[in-house]
Amino acid sequence: MSKVTKSARKSLIWLGAIVVAIFGLLSAGVLSGNASWTPGLALDLAGGRQIILTPVLTEGSDQQIEQTDLEQAVEVIRNRVDASGVAEAEITTQGSNIVVALPGNPPQSTIDLVSQAAQLQFRPVLVVGDPGVSTPIPDPSASPSDEPTPGASAGATPEPSPSASEVANLVTGTETVTETGASATPAPEATAEPTAAPTAAPGDETVEPEDPSSFAWLDETLLEEFESLNCLDPENLGGRSMGDPDVGYAACAEFGLAKLAMGPVEIEGDDLDTATSGPETSQTGTLTGRYEVRLQFNNEGASKFGDVTTRLLNLEQPRNQFAIVLDGVVISYPVVNNRITNGEASITGDFTQEQAEQLANQLRFGALPLSLEVQSNQQISATLGADQLEKGLIAGMIGLFLVFLYSLFQYRALGLVTIASLIIVGATTFGVISLLSWGLGYRLSLAGVAGLIIAIGVTADSFIVYFERIRDELREGRSLQSAVDHAWRRARRTILASDAVSLLAALTLYALAVGGVRGFAFTLGLTTLLDVLVVFLFTHPLMVLLARTSFFSEGHRWSGLDPRQLGREALYKGRGRVRTGTAATASTDGLTLAERKAAARRAKVTTPDASATDASQSPLGTEPKGDSR
Amino acid sequence: MSANLATWGNKLHSGEKTYPIVQYSGRFFIASAILMLVALGLLLGKGLNPGIDFTGGTQYVLANVSDTDSGPAEEAIAAIDPAQEPRISVLGDNDLRVQLGVLEDADQQALGDALAEAYGVPLDDISFDQIGPTWGAEVGAKALQALVIFLLLVFTVITLYFRAWRMAAAAIIALLHDLLFTVGIYALVGFEVTPASVIGFLTILGYSLYDTVVVFDKVKENTQDLTAQSRYTYAELANLAVNQTLVRSINTSIVALLPVGSILFIGSFLLGAGTLSDIALALFVGMAVGTYSSVFVATPLEVALRRREARIQEHTAKVLALRESGEADVVVHEDGTVRVGALQPGEHRGTKAQPRRKGRH
Repeated sequence: MSKVTKSARKSLIWLGAIVVAIFGLLSAGVLSGNASWTPGLALDLAGGRQIILTPVLTEGSDQQIEQTDLEQAVEVIRNRVDASGVAEAEITTQGSNIVVALPGNPPQSTIDLVSQAAQLQFRPVLVVGDPGVSTPIPDPSASPSDEPTPGASAGATPEPSPSASEVANLVTGTETVTETGASATPAPEATAEPTAAPTAAPGDETVEPEDPSSFAWLDETLLEEFESLNCLDPENLGGRSMGDPDVGYAACAEFGLAKLAMGPVEIEGDDLDTATSGPETSQTGTLTGRYEVRLQFNNEGASKFGDVTTRLLNLEQPRNQFAIVLDGVVISYPVVNNRITNGEASITGDFTQEQAEQLANQLRFGALPLSLEVQSNQQISATLGADQLEKGLIAGMIGLFLVFLYSLFQYRALGLVTIASLIIVGATTFGVISLLSWGLGYRLSLAGVAGLIIAIGVTADSFIVYFERIRDELREGRSLQSAVDHAWRRARRTILASDAVSLLAALTLYALAVGGVRGFAFTLGLTTLLDVLVVFLFTHPLMVLLARTSFFSEGHRWSGLDPRQLGREALYKGRGRVRTGTAATASTDGLTLAERKAAARRAKVTTPDASATDASQSPLGTEPKGDSR
Repeated sequence: MSANLATWGNKLHSGEKTYPIVQYSGRFFIASAILMLVALGLLLGKGLNPGIDFTGGTQYVLANVSDTDSGPAEEAIAAIDPAQEPRISVLGDNDLRVQLGVLEDADQQALGDALAEAYGVPLDDISFDQIGPTWGAEVGAKALQALVIFLLLVFTVITLYFRAWRMAAAAIIALLHDLLFTVGIYALVGFEVTPASVIGFLTILGYSLYDTVVVFDKVKENTQDLTAQSRYTYAELANLAVNQTLVRSINTSIVALLPVGSILFIGSFLLGAGTLSDIALALFVGMAVGTYSSVFVATPLEVALRRREARIQEHTAKVLALRESGEADVVVHEDGTVRVGALQPGEHRGTKAQPRRKGRH
């Protein structure tokens, strides 16, 4: 076996290995129950609701929406959607937009939930409790002495030690201001027993709470809300109403770790300028090895924050904490251990770098005066989607069938090579898309199907370029083996160049465009890559092997590579001998030049028309082309 | 016909038969220029017909209705929002499309229910689409941005590959030609421009360039050792390249148009307007004109541009001078044109073919 056929076989084996690997992986996925044989379908084929939202800043704001803000918005929407119980929702960013895809026909309330803006609030903590539904707290007036603080929070009340993770983070000023309680704010309750508040209850609404930390906010409504709040239910971990800013509020901490009752809003997200995270430095400037989140308030926020910290500093646990509420969920509730008047605070604790970044992102996002504008709200009926898919597949099949017919007609047996190559491209594309749909959550959309159908043409063109090259080389009088060799070297360059342009188009569209264009660009790019793979590992090696079969190398008239049909009447065999293949002159094989000429003259006399074109083709081999060498 | 195409291909390849495409480039340029002006005139004068994705509004599609009469829909709309002016059309056999202006959220749901009841279809068979008024502008701006960046990238890549920026310029002008022509057709016929048609327009970019690159690659191959020979000029060799790739161009465009045509056919006759047929329509027009332009616009333009290069000018002058003197080793047709192509056996003989001795002229 020659070196060439060996490497051709090697290529075919490689391709076989790749195909087996793709389908092996896929079947492993199917057997393990995670994947399915067919690719996942996008909304426009499977039916469902697609909402495209654009975050917009309130007019007059000079801030910028950054990628992290967008991701944060996606996170907030995802929490809300998960909380509303909709399964398999997909929320992604596309450029500066957020695309929410919900299966089925969700009610208007879900749509409103998705598009409402997220708010950030700072509220003083009143009570911290276990995440589950509390056993009804005894009527506050009945046993005011032991409720609500320590009782309800037996397990979950964070100790002031920072080891209690995020929950017990500390707020410190970047400038350490450790003045204690000199200001006028400390309320009488501040030092009073927690029992002071519940006495204000039941139904006695006339009592005016003296400051936001007062237990007077813990009235009957709030207590009831607090008790019945179940933080183990994911429903309460996103998209809850932010409550009336002027009264108390109950909400869950992130991940349902605890639940809190809080006083009225003291600082709004608008008052926060920005938040950053980074390694914590001690006062001497050395790194402590821990991470912190730094908050920067604007002037108004700074003065409010100064008041809050001054008041909270002297309160007992847990009322010395303030809760940061984003979109109805408490994202952090640090203990105040400094009075901070310059508007620069930092939250420290046992953060990992990611946790600190996450919190800073959440805070920054909450600080943006952001609203979500519904750009497009689309409901696709499942029947219509299925209909489109079915018709699209039929169209693809018909198109493919026509391409098969045309290539058989044009290239005879060589057309079979085109068909086999197209089938392999099709099978690998299907396998890869199914794999991607399993691994990366890719969803095939209608535009993607269109991309696949159009790719048939572009893929088939690679074969056409190659085959036409082989024919050109045959026309120049090469033997098939050498024609395949030469044609491949030239066609390879053309195929790579044109596929590179195609890929470039797909990548640009994918990176820059929005909506359906991306699905289209994706399949176009994928098939372009697979086209290169198949041409290199299948079509060419197969041609090399076929060129060695007598059917093709002798130029059978159905092979599509018949030198006679390609205008090469005779093949020069050396020593003035020529092999001709036409039926009429088949017996002249082996004759000398003079004898051949005589035969040609005889033929010309009998059929002057038929030989008119042959006359210009003298039996000798051509000179090399004058232009290229 | 297959055999005929092959024989025709043989003659084109050998140069026995040559269409003087580059030589008559002036005609093609004038034809294309007129078409472009018409397209531009239509675009500016008549304008495109933007779909609701670009204008903003609400659209309902009811699948499989038993009666496509628009009466019940009009009544339902009048009952809910009398200010609306609905446009109701039938898609395919039995799908009904209702297009309206922007609706209130509450009305949206109510109208869906009302339409479902009016036509007796389940709510699940109703698709609806509400587009904000600024969304289309954003999609358009994004597409334009993608176009500009793509053109810059492609210009760089082609310049690097062919090592001639004039080739890249010709390819990109041919591309804009195709794009403008397709959009002009849309303006002329008044087809609705949807995001799907925009996908189609953008794909034309890729396809048109792909096709042009294949032809240019042959031009590059034929003219690689241009200055090493003095038989043919650059223009003649480029023309030969176009002729030699003519069979490929025809085969490729047929193969590419077959699937697109089948989507278009299935899409328009069985489905009614939708994503698939919108894409297919743009592509069908774009691919057909793309094949035309890669042969009749891109290459002549490329030659017209590259003729200005000093190296090629010099070479052309030399070849023509040699022909003038009668020394040139070329075959002249009866009509006086030079046969361009590989030498045929028997042509290259006599004393002219013998190597010259130094010092003797």
